[in-house]
Amino acid sequence: MIPELGQFALVLALLLAIAQGVLPIVGAWRNNAALIAVARPAAAGQGVFVFAAMAVLVYAFLSFDFSVAYVADNSNLALPWYYRVTAVWGAHEGSMLLWVFILNVWSVALAAFSRHLPDAFVARVLGVLGLIGVGFLAFILFTSNPFLRELPMPADGGDLNPVLQDPGMTFHPPVLYMGYVGFSVAFAFSIAALLGGGMEQAWVRWARPWTNVAWAFLTMGIVAGSWWAYAELGWGGWWFWDPVENASFMPWLVGVALIHAQAVTEKRGSLPAWTILLSLFAFSLSLLGTFLVRSGVLTSVHAFASDPRRGLYILGFLIVVIGGSLLLYAIRAPKVATGKPFAPLSRETGIMVANLLFTTAAAMVLLGTLFPLIGDALNLGRISVGPPYFGFLFVMLMAPAVLLLPFGPYLRWGRADGRQLTSMALRAAIAAVICAIAATIFAEGRLRAIAGVAGAVWVGAGTLAYVVKRWNEMPRGRRYPAEMAGMLLAHTGVAIFLMGVMLSESLSVERDVRLAPGQTESVGSYSFRFDGVEETSGPNWRADEGIVAVMRDGKTLTTLHPQKRTYSRGQVQTESAIDAGLFRDIYVALGEPMDATDVRGAWALRLYHKPFVRWIWLGGLFMMLGGFVAAAERRFRAKKVPAAETATTTPEASPA
Amino acid sequence: MRRLAWFALLLFPLLAIAQAIQPLPFRNHAEEVRFQHLSAELRCPMCQNETLADSNAPIAHDLRRQVFEMIQAGKTDDQIKAYLVDRYSQFVLYNPPVEPGTWLLWFGPLVLLVAGGIVVAIQVRRRARQAPAVVLPANDTEDDW
Amino acid sequence: MSRFLPLIGFVLLVGLFGFGIWWNTQHDQHEIASPLIDKPAPAFSLPVLNDAGRTVDKASLLGKPYFLNVFASWCIECVHEHPLLMSQMKDLGVPLVGFNYKDDPAAATAWLAEHGNPFEVIVADREGRTGIDFGVYAAPETFLIDGKGVIRYKRIGPITPDVLDNEIRPAIAALAKEGQ
Repeated sequence: MIPELGQFALVLALLLAIAQGVLPIVGAWRNNAALIAVARPAAAGQGVFVFAAMAVLVYAFLSFDFSVAYVADNSNLALPWYYRVTAVWGAHEGSMLLWVFILNVWSVALAAFSRHLPDAFVARVLGVLGLIGVGFLAFILFTSNPFLRELPMPADGGDLNPVLQDPGMTFHPPVLYMGYVGFSVAFAFSIAALLGGGMEQAWVRWARPWTNVAWAFLTMGIVAGSWWAYAELGWGGWWFWDPVENASFMPWLVGVALIHAQAVTEKRGSLPAWTILLSLFAFSLSLLGTFLVRSGVLTSVHAFASDPRRGLYILGFLIVVIGGSLLLYAIRAPKVATGKPFAPLSRETGIMVANLLFTTAAAMVLLGTLFPLIGDALNLGRISVGPPYFGFLFVMLMAPAVLLLPFGPYLRWGRADGRQLTSMALRAAIAAVICAIAATIFAEGRLRAIAGVAGAVWVGAGTLAYVVKRWNEMPRGRRYPAEMAGMLLAHTGVAIFLMGVMLSESLSVERDVRLAPGQTESVGSYSFRFDGVEETSGPNWRADEGIVAVMRDGKTLTTLHPQKRTYSRGQVQTESAIDAGLFRDIYVALGEPMDATDVRGAWALRLYHKPFVRWIWLGGLFMMLGGFVAAAERRFRAKKVPAAETATTTPEASPA
Repeated sequence: MRRLAWFALLLFPLLAIAQAIQPLPFRNHAEEVRFQHLSAELRCPMCQNETLADSNAPIAHDLRRQVFEMIQAGKTDDQIKAYLVDRYSQFVLYNPPVEPGTWLLWFGPLVLLVAGGIVVAIQVRRRARQAPAVVLPANDTEDDW
Repeated sequence: MSRFLPLIGFVLLVGLFGFGIWWNTQHDQHEIASPLIDKPAPAFSLPVLNDAGRTVDKASLLGKPYFLNVFASWCIECVHEHPLLMSQMKDLGVPLVGFNYKDDPAAATAWLAEHGNPFEVIVADREGRTGIDFGVYAAPETFLIDGKGVIRYKRIGPITPDVLDNEIRPAIAALAKEGQ
């Protein structure tokens, strides 16, 4: 009975989404206050029913309702409750429901926190979100219904893939979707602006906090995914340029460009068309990602099971949403160059260059991800594109961005002060060179380590110089407005990230060894003594657990317990043991016994020493924090539009 | 869908047997590092997008052993890659070769960057012509920073 | 006009994706086209299954086309394909040579006893090294090698009636035209 209620709730949600999608937009077009007023209640109503549907599915998992096919496929009696909740989004149908759920979280939030915006504008924004909801709800109800029954009801179910039975899986998809799906808000704002025609410039100011928060969530989601892959899956790897990873990274890159472009348009009035286009791109890439991982068009370890019918449906949805929005852009985007003029050396130019680099990077990732498909289409044979391509080109594109980054805050709007720039550059460069020399000694001349340290210190010192400048020049309380504090945090995050990546990539040591109980192997300055294997078990698995003592200078630092687990359905999973530290990780994975019949004998082990690897995610967390802090800027919530913001057309207006 | 399934079925009984951890008797650390880099650049022919280094598949195990033996026999990286490409096609290389078929891949981003750079340059020049010299305040004001 | 560029780009992308979906219905993503088609089969010399004294090498098989079928007792799909090998494939008039891949001889013998033995001779590649030379990465795989020792066709995955009719029979007919 209850699963049917869930399905019914989705149907009601779909009806409300249709109402939300159509009526307010018509109302805004026709200036009909009654229709405009439908927007918020419809969004609230849709939210209620989608939340209810989600609650029903969670309940079905928690109560072992195997009569629901999706529950039976993805959980069993031995699966602990926290992984049963995780299993809700562990496969295609549930993850689509999660998508719609998160979309409604954003819509409800927008409906609630938009009292300071004009009603007609909000009507359009919520309308667009409603239309997107219609697409996804219809997709769920017609092709991917998680509430379908399986009768006769099986006594026990399948399993959630053991690889997914990890806190990472509990956390990563919802957070990632908050980001991914959150770009729909910026998208909706842009569509509303295009539809509105009046082109109130203030719309960018209203859009900024929503965009920053979505981007921050996306950053957190990507960081969580990367950390999870490292801890659970990847043999010490944290990024593989796998199509599914790229699907989340492309919107992130465009999101970076978007955040900065919004700043330009909000403060100076320039580049409104580009800002709109970027918001369309960001969400389009989110949708594209959703398509890519479900349609079977690409091979990936991550991909959901493919189904051409679903692929075609999503493709149709993409055509309507992305095609429609780009058509609207082509017709309605502002044609006249607006905004305050700026000199070649100015923050506007700096942001334009940065935008170019990030957008090109996103295009490069798209090209590489799709190239195997292009290769098939053009009959070039099976071309395989992987980390050597992506990593190389990404570094090439980001290197100039890293060089430019510390200049950012020093570049004034309109016209930058050359002397300030050179003064900062000199100090940061000196700091970078000194640290690079230190790195040359400690890293034994490894180029990537030196480059990483130099780049990170360049960015860090330059950012710090600005922090100091503001401290000296401004009175207390006005030194670091939220937007600026966010910017400084995020830029610092870049420095930390860069340090982490370059040092861990160049200084990591990995050894595959065979050790009998009692034997010791050394990696760098650490020694690993293998003390044999014990049997342990968990809620739905049994394992051979290795005991590895990690020592340095004769003292035992810690004992690690890598496991080789066998799950209730027979799947085998390696659980690596990690001793995490701020400046290094020690990582041990258990392989196979050298003699399959004798687990008391020697085993194959993989040992890692990874310096500074945590800085990769720490940098990401700083960036995320920066996004949240910047979104808290009071100016974004101001009710009145400051006079200085009204669009000024330049004297000799020319088509952009 | 069934075709995807048969590969998956194929893999299951073997996950327990072959694993990516494969201790090999390297002569020195440099050789080990070279092996690791090479196998990270090669693709497991069987798996869904895994490197030779990471894959648990039996063929990955065999190919790693093959790469190891060829390194010990003094072959160069290019020779090893060619050996594998001859048998498994370009697909085993994660680093696509630069040839007319892949020019779009390798040079596309550069072309885009240059084209975008030209657009940016034009925009900036246009703005600069329009701008009279802007008067800068001595310090950033809070809103104008 | 430049405002239409993103839309045009998107239309191209849609075309690509539509192609991708269609292509997927026609092909198995996991198949890699063998670079050895129309190239001479690698020289090999392998012991016969359960008869260590005898070896079979490439030269001894020249003169007539034959199928080289890669199988193993651990291979699930081989069980599905085997009935076809026992019946229609045997009737094609082209000898079947078994290639026991990375298998335990006792297990392989038992498997053949259970499922039938359509092979004229079976070679055993316990380590998989010859398999690498042939570009084998999974089982079952089947090669059609002509009388001159050139690989003319490779099937990755089990042989199904469709594959038999649409791919294998035409390949044999083509060989017959050449007088093989």
